[in-house]
Amino acid sequence: MDHLDRLEAQSIYILREAYRSFPNLAMLWSIGKDSTVLLWLTRKAFFGHVPYPLVHIDTAFKIPEMIKYRDEIAVQWDLNLVVGQNKEALAKGETFVNGLDRLSCCKKLKSDALKYTLDGTWARRKWNPYKKVWEDELNGAPYTGVIVGVRADEEGSRSKERVFSARDEKSEWDASTQPPELWNQYKTDFAPGTHVRIHPLLEWTELNIWEYIERENIPIISLYFNNGNGKRYRSLGCFPCTAPVDSEARNPKEIIEELTSGKFKDIAERSGRAQDKDGGGTLEALRKEGYM
Amino acid sequence: MQRLNIVITGHVDHGKSTLIGRLLADTDSLPQGKLESVKKMCENNARPFEYAFLLDALADEQKQGITIDSARVFFQSKKREYIIIDAPGHIEFLKNMISGASRAEAALLLIDAKEGVAENSKRHGMLLSLLGIKQVAIVVNKMDLVNFSEIAFNKLKIEYSEYLATLGIKSDIFIPISAREGVNLIEHSSSTPWYKGPTVLEILDSFKSVEEKENDDFRMPLQDVYKFTRDNDDRRIYAGTVTSGELNVGDEVVFYPSLKRSKVASIESFNTPVKTSVKESEAVGFTLQTQIYVRNGDVVARADQSAPKVSNRFEANLFWLGAKPLELDKPYKIKIGSAQSTIYLEEIKRVIDGDTLDRADEPSVGRHEAACVIFRVHDLLAMELFAENQKLGRFVIVDEFDIAGGGIITEVLEQYTNRRTKSSSVGNVLVDKASSSADFEEELFALLRKHFPHQFN
Ligand SMILES: Nc1nc2c(ncn2[C@@H]2O[C@H](COP(=O)(O)OP(=O)(O)O)[C@@H](O)[C@H]2O)c(=O)[nH]1
Ligand SMILES: [Mg+2]
Repeated sequence: MDHLDRLEAQSIYILREAYRSFPNLAMLWSIGKDSTVLLWLTRKAFFGHVPYPLVHIDTAFKIPEMIKYRDEIAVQWDLNLVVGQNKEALAKGETFVNGLDRLSCCKKLKSDALKYTLDGTWARRKWNPYKKVWEDELNGAPYTGVIVGVRADEEGSRSKERVFSARDEKSEWDASTQPPELWNQYKTDFAPGTHVRIHPLLEWTELNIWEYIERENIPIISLYFNNGNGKRYRSLGCFPCTAPVDSEARNPKEIIEELTSGKFKDIAERSGRAQDKDGGGTLEALRKEGYM
Repeated sequence: MQRLNIVITGHVDHGKSTLIGRLLADTDSLPQGKLESVKKMCENNARPFEYAFLLDALADEQKQGITIDSARVFFQSKKREYIIIDAPGHIEFLKNMISGASRAEAALLLIDAKEGVAENSKRHGMLLSLLGIKQVAIVVNKMDLVNFSEIAFNKLKIEYSEYLATLGIKSDIFIPISAREGVNLIEHSSSTPWYKGPTVLEILDSFKSVEEKENDDFRMPLQDVYKFTRDNDDRRIYAGTVTSGELNVGDEVVFYPSLKRSKVASIESFNTPVKTSVKESEAVGFTLQTQIYVRNGDVVARADQSAPKVSNRFEANLFWLGAKPLELDKPYKIKIGSAQSTIYLEEIKRVIDGDTLDRADEPSVGRHEAACVIFRVHDLLAMELFAENQKLGRFVIVDEFDIAGGGIITEVLEQYTNRRTKSSSVGNVLVDKASSSADFEEELFALLRKHFPHQFN
């Protein structure tokens, strides 16, 4: 087994463990490369099937290609897609483009939308793959297990996550009181009112993700590639806060070259994301409140 | 590229985070600008720069100056890639240290040359041996504070070796270093001309990654059985991760403890060429020639190879991390392989505390204590001795909702007879009845899922 086989096997084990442990399980799908790899690993783990819904938080400021890609893949792969949105904040114009600061905007459009979509307080929009129509779900049951594609190498506080990480009623994460995690045994028991985040990609690096995308030929969204204008996205988010980088890389292979010997060697992936830079510890502050 | 998991352990303030930070800096493994930005941050806040800040990225930790959880750090030598786990040394965070250490294949244990062997130097040594980590190097840090004295180094080496011997660990690797000054980390230093052994980086590169053993008998804890009826998929797939050995299409398999058997009809996978065999560490699925009903948690073995042990009693070395003590005759949950059952502590043979003053006749095992104990399980379980098969010889204990302890099986004991004699005449019948009604349920659900698929998503 090479290192990708090992990472793949471990992630599959984790996904299967989550699937058998949580009656109401969902996976977050940001459309980005990491969670799309997770989706692919799901199909590996369950032999072509995707046996849980995929939750996407639509801030309404996503790069338009992302939504198009999302809906196409959902049809192709027969996905149960669930979309959540902070309609109230959008209606009131409480957003960064209307003058709100970046962190508050992230909190409203992402953290809050996520929290209330997961716990079922807010309506969920669901793609029904059988009838091929969108339906609204009111008072949906809370998800008790949520699979998330975070990686330990992304940023300091993420390197301390457990694979199965409990969140309390307020969706909060407390790094210092986490229960132990031993060998391949994870926290699969949870108190009423809490939910568990499951992180199958913790030990993957950005480079591993690209190596795997190349090996498996995963149809990743084309925003990651230079499509002729000498620019590509390294990390996807909302268009007002995420900038493309200058790059000639047109496919996974060229991205791998760029990461290992080219211009992005030793430059952090999230360097294109504005909200990480507003002083030390801000991403941790967001994470404590449930941000991914 | 090859990858190895290493854990850095030792008492609080003995220099673990500094060692890792310095290793990262000296091997050019840091993202561009990270060192400068942390130095700048220290300057702005008028605090002395610490290499530990490179790791202690959580805002909380920078305030208190201690490592709260095991950070994973990626780092690369010329030889291979490492995931270094920075384990917290503070007793409050022992569970985090153990979480970190349980993922590791080798360990460095740091001891402060000036302060000497401390409580957690001993406790961590003991836990590493309980976790089954055999490759351990002792790193004597802060040699600058004892003027790089060979005498001081040797004295400490003798003292700690004696302690390790009481645990049955023989370690002859001791390295004198100064993490902060970068002495003997990458290159030999003129500060310790008397030291001829390996540097820290050399010792890391010399550790072996825990290898796949080809000759072991096949074992796979059954994680789940899938029947996805969508798109008329009628495969019933038995899924799990192979813990040892190899399985081929056509092999006869036996499930333990249920003793059901059948032959492998196919190996299933997604987006790979057709497979006819699988081996250790692969996450796999197979179909059988006959449709049998087995429970998650059974251990699958090959009929032509040895069988796992089956019992409901065993002796174990255990460490306890729960807020409440582990008590006799109280129900807990055990998780071993993919199986779960209710478990009772039958006897505490002795409690091993940090100073190896073993105590007998204890009523319970307290937080942060280790003990040699006997457990009684509600159901029969397939298991192995830890010394013979690590993955099926270790288990965790869940108290309420959290993992509260872990252990390794040192002896499989005779079945708990009380229960068996009470129910032995009807026991088998009961089991069969239970499984046939479960079989029926399973089939019913499969039919329902097939004809009303939208109800099941
Ligand atoms: N004099 C000296 N101090 C050191 C050395 N290594 C670490 N320290 C200091 O010891 C303190 C504790 O180090 P830290 O790495 O946080 O310890 P940890 O708790 O084991 O992670 C810090 O103030 C370090 O600067 C060393 O080699 N020499
Ligand atoms: Mg530390």
